[in-house]
Amino acid sequence: MAVSEMREKGWRNDGRAKVTGGAKFTGDLKFADMLHAVPVYADYIHALLTGINTAEAEKSPGVVRVLTYRDVPGANRFGQIIRDFCIFADDRIRCHGDVVAVVVAETRAQALAAAALVRVEAEPLPALLDPEKAMQPDAILIHESHGSNIINTHRVRSGDTEKGFAAADLILEKTYTTPFVEHAYMEPEVSIALPRPDGTMEVYGSMQHPFSTRRFVAACLGLPLADIEVIGTPLGGGFGGKDDTAAIVCARTALAARLLNRPVKMVYSRQWSIRESYKRHPYKVDYKMGLTREGRITAVDCRIIADGGAYCSVTPWVTWRSTVQCCGPYVVENVHCDTFGVYTNNPVTGAMRGFGSPQMNFVIESMIEEAAEKLGLTGIALRRMNLVRQGSTTITGQKLEGHTVAMEQVLDKVLEEIDYQNKLARCSHGRGNEEELYGIGLAMSYRGVSLGAEGVDFCAAIVNVQADGSVLLEAGVHENGQGAEAAMSLILARELGIDVDKIRYRRSSTSVIPDSGTTVASRGTIMGGGAVALAAQELKQKIAVFAAPELACAPEEISFTSNQIIGRGGRSLPFAEVIRGMFQKQQFPYALGVYRAPQVSWDEETGQGKAYFTWVYGCQAVELTVNRKSGKVRLLNAVACHDVGKAINNTMLLGQYYGGMAMGTGYALHEDLHIDGGRIGHTNLNRYRIPRSTDLCEMRAIVVENHDPVSPTGAKSIGEPSNEIMAPAIANAIHHATGVRYYHLPIRIAGTDVPEEAQKRGQL
Amino acid sequence: MKLTVNGVTHEIDAGLAEMRLLDWLREELGLTGAKAGCEIGACGACTVLVDGRPVKSCTRRLRDVAGKSVLTIEGLTPLDGSLHPLQQAFLDAGAVQCGFCTPGMILAAHALLLRNPAPARAEIRQALQGNLCRCTGYQQIIDAVELAAKSYQK
Repeated sequence: MAVSEMREKGWRNDGRAKVTGGAKFTGDLKFADMLHAVPVYADYIHALLTGINTAEAEKSPGVVRVLTYRDVPGANRFGQIIRDFCIFADDRIRCHGDVVAVVVAETRAQALAAAALVRVEAEPLPALLDPEKAMQPDAILIHESHGSNIINTHRVRSGDTEKGFAAADLILEKTYTTPFVEHAYMEPEVSIALPRPDGTMEVYGSMQHPFSTRRFVAACLGLPLADIEVIGTPLGGGFGGKDDTAAIVCARTALAARLLNRPVKMVYSRQWSIRESYKRHPYKVDYKMGLTREGRITAVDCRIIADGGAYCSVTPWVTWRSTVQCCGPYVVENVHCDTFGVYTNNPVTGAMRGFGSPQMNFVIESMIEEAAEKLGLTGIALRRMNLVRQGSTTITGQKLEGHTVAMEQVLDKVLEEIDYQNKLARCSHGRGNEEELYGIGLAMSYRGVSLGAEGVDFCAAIVNVQADGSVLLEAGVHENGQGAEAAMSLILARELGIDVDKIRYRRSSTSVIPDSGTTVASRGTIMGGGAVALAAQELKQKIAVFAAPELACAPEEISFTSNQIIGRGGRSLPFAEVIRGMFQKQQFPYALGVYRAPQVSWDEETGQGKAYFTWVYGCQAVELTVNRKSGKVRLLNAVACHDVGKAINNTMLLGQYYGGMAMGTGYALHEDLHIDGGRIGHTNLNRYRIPRSTDLCEMRAIVVENHDPVSPTGAKSIGEPSNEIMAPAIANAIHHATGVRYYHLPIRIAGTDVPEEAQKRGQL
Repeated sequence: MKLTVNGVTHEIDAGLAEMRLLDWLREELGLTGAKAGCEIGACGACTVLVDGRPVKSCTRRLRDVAGKSVLTIEGLTPLDGSLHPLQQAFLDAGAVQCGFCTPGMILAAHALLLRNPAPARAEIRQALQGNLCRCTGYQQIIDAVELAAKSYQK
């Protein structure tokens, strides 16, 4: 099948395996002589750990060993930024998800029975559950070695906010709060570790980041990176959630395998997964915005407090994105922003789809609409007055250039597609006598692509053509379910002008491809695809030099199409024949492609710099009704438009739109872990309600393709943009339906929120 | 106790009567297409058909299904290496991402289409509401079921 057809049909290299039940996820694998491990928790939120008694458990039938922190030969504490994450609780229990021991037994049932016999002795400490209290100087320290409960701070200092507010005709000040959110990937954590005879360790796991997992495993075992091989298996969803905690599950499993010299499997139940895994950060945002009568934003002052939970994880990076994007896609000259990531004894928080942007976009896009209303303008007019445009300077002093700034383009497309202006006029605003109140709303964002100044950003791909012309491809990005492998394969097929079925994507191994970082930040297609394109270009150069004499032309005149290598005047040779010739002449048609993200910069003191090397631009709108009596929200229609740079696999691209919109809907309306006193109340999917098919409406995706010159393929990203503005679009639609503005997610509408028409008249 | 799975009848030891159908399929028969996502019947990843009706196999003991006929995703797949039209439609419509919910989702859709070969989109949503998917937003899953419906209309 031609590449063009396959990108339309959503071809996936793993598609057949996944629809036939043949795909082997980690939990589906079995190895001879395999032991089973389960974690042991203790019902404390914050406590000094004074003893772990494993004697009874060890005597239990089938139990081989019970592991605690004392058994860790390497580092019991590790982390990507601060090494505070405990493989096993050691001096203290810091949150309800802490694991104190792992029971290893011949069967899982035996391990489960024994886990209940582990006795934990601990002296409770005061639990810090409110980040603002945890920030107080006299608060008990959760990590004494850190010297403070403030994990990190970020800031933006730009212009003069005092002057900016003085020039404002309207100053709006509001406080917003957002909740913990569970990723709720359908596959709970699982891992298998296999000790090899040469002393190395093979690891399979439901984890998103093989290289990150390898670092955790190696640190825990006290072994060099080269001794650990993490091998990719199909992953049952990640959404940012299978990094640290999933890696630690692998580390504990590898520890057991190392000490017992047998394969060990650890399968998590949903309850353990929800109890232990990190969540999206809850935010409290105090936001002050000044505007002129005409609608020009003159100043923003905001204070962002993120609950980091018991461990650092990637809180400094998550909150950095929130800081950089704290004014949304608007030009604001005077900005003062202070951001704090804070330790508490709540569930740990870390990366989740959006990575610090869903919280801020809810705030900003709600503020914009509220300000517009107060000024007697439409939200659209206010946005148009302030949107970033080609050549605009962001709040961190970055000039938006070198790519198309498509803010107005995506806005116009959404307005037209959903007939926004006409429908806005029909919104109920809580008035009238109808039972179902109607509203339409939208939200916009720009999003820095990939890691930005958060980290080192480069990626590798290896193209290894075999003697018969078949091709092995591997890239340093991980298949998280999004279709990364298929996208990489399609990029290579197009570059080499060969059929995609000639390409076999190798199962990824940390021992083969160079460490290319993590498949996060919607960077898979731009970074991995960039590396593949560059590898293909290098390979084509080698092939062209080889084939040029035979085709009687210069290497630069050669092109690659339809499985042929084509020279001047229509002369051509089959791809496979040229490759065979290369092997005969002792030449390997092999290339390593490395894509290095363009230079970015950041000054922590001033919060100024070129934060990201490029940006994506998006707009989403939603129509809904709210039942006046029950408060029940029903979505009617949703439209999303993003400038993705270039579509690689069209059908899979749409899937990223829809999936992000659905997850954003859950954030807006449904998802609540019901955390009380540091304990998660809703630990399974019956109570933690992610959107069902019947909670959603028909959705429509509009793809804008302004090829991005900094991306070797022209492609940017979509995974997170589609997710990060759904909640504010819904909040704005609910406001237009009810006349009521909500400052907390998920939005809970009590029937009494919407005044009866009579009461409303009375108030007026 | 007898149980037919994908057309093959198994004689089951009475001692296994309390075993969960999901565990038996996965552990004893190696049919790992049915997945454990929640183990309380909330997510649908373990869905199989019992006498043509979708059942969450984590909520059934073997004694509950004795004498009945079970269809798993492996049994829906044609033996000749081709795909069932519904499986093909899931690929063509882009209804597969991580794939963890896919076997259960396909079987739930299969049961719907056997019962109603021309469902409206709202009926498809209704029929799939017990099967959770975190990746797709269901849009392309509904597209796939619509696409496959024609092959059930005979």
